[in-house]
Amino acid sequence: MFVIIRRDLLIAARRKSEVLTALFFFVIVTSLFPLGIGPEPTLLKKIAPGILWVAALLATMLGLTRMFAPDHADGTLEQMALAPTPFGLLVAGKVVAHWLVSGLPLVLLAPVLGIQFGLDAGALGIMMIALLLGTPLLSLIGAIGAALTLGVRGGGVLLSLLVLPLYVPALIFGAGAVEAHLSGLDVTGHLSLLAAMLALAVFFAPWATTAALRIALE
Amino acid sequence: MLTATGLACVRGERRLFSGIDLAVAPGEWLHLQGENGAGKTSLLRILVGLTPAAEGDVCWKGESIRRLDEDYRRDMVYLGHHGAIKEDLTALENLQLGAGLDGVELAEKDALASLWCMGLKGREELPVRVLSQGQKRRVLLARLLAKKAVLWVLDEPFTALDVKAVAMLSDLIGEHLASGGMAVLTSHQAMPIAGGKALQL
Repeated sequence: MFVIIRRDLLIAARRKSEVLTALFFFVIVTSLFPLGIGPEPTLLKKIAPGILWVAALLATMLGLTRMFAPDHADGTLEQMALAPTPFGLLVAGKVVAHWLVSGLPLVLLAPVLGIQFGLDAGALGIMMIALLLGTPLLSLIGAIGAALTLGVRGGGVLLSLLVLPLYVPALIFGAGAVEAHLSGLDVTGHLSLLAAMLALAVFFAPWATTAALRIALE
Repeated sequence: MLTATGLACVRGERRLFSGIDLAVAPGEWLHLQGENGAGKTSLLRILVGLTPAAEGDVCWKGESIRRLDEDYRRDMVYLGHHGAIKEDLTALENLQLGAGLDGVELAEKDALASLWCMGLKGREELPVRVLSQGQKRRVLLARLLAKKAVLWVLDEPFTALDVKAVAMLSDLIGEHLASGGMAVLTSHQAMPIAGGKALQL
């Protein structure tokens, strides 16, 4: 499993442009809103969680098509399926690598971008925790979609149609946690639900992804 | 020992082959022959367990490979049309990570030695992207040796190799068989290796 993570990180390091594109996308999209709406602190503060989360969803989507497609094309996936290590474990390794490359940087960037919406330190902290729980969930759910659309023509669009609706719960509770904090409510409920969804996905998503990949390989 | 009985493969509406029986004992190798599209690769993929057979069963040491699962995969190595080679990584990284995937911890020293043995001296640190087709295949062959598998399943192993490399690979297969190994391979060339059986699809 660690071999796969190391390998994917090494490849990502060699192809920096692909990783940076997603990050720049995240930065630009979130920066366009304050510029477009104008300096109105109360309004910006209100829409900040939603915008940051939607931008994070779209930025993770960008990397999903590349999650399995190159490995499918050059036969790596076949070799993974034939490796003595359980296939599911290797697939989980790929999801971890995807998160490290396209999820974790979003978590680290979010507070910097949150400042331009006038969020205070407490709200930024909640934002980071919510993203820390939410982005792995996005990678896990996205992996199922990426595996199901593998080898399908026009798979990219289909992937968005398939995966974005499944991202809705993460979006609601992730953005909801920050909104709750801003209006002075308790956030543990939102965060617990996010964590519960993550726990479920950690168990079931690799399994579903593996099943979908096996079908693609036949 | 690898045995298969009554194998059949159906692709869409077409029946590629059916009623294939085969047996490979230690020290033996099987040469799959047939026209383009006869189903050689499909048969290999059934033998390694990537595709389930429409009918029939594949057994390794008398047990079904479905039941053996990981134990079978540890004993077997498969080299397909696409080599699982990453263009952005160097030959050395490709070999080491590939071996890691096979469950073999390959030290840098040993990896370099096997690359040199494959005639890739001086090219270990180059991205595979700049190597020729034949050199890429040589990186793959280095990986074949790193995993000490009993059963080699090779799909067109001689593609893109030069005369010297073909001779070297034939020798390698010969040595592998002499030490009790088994091999199943497809090739359009005649093979100068002893102990072979042919199967016409």
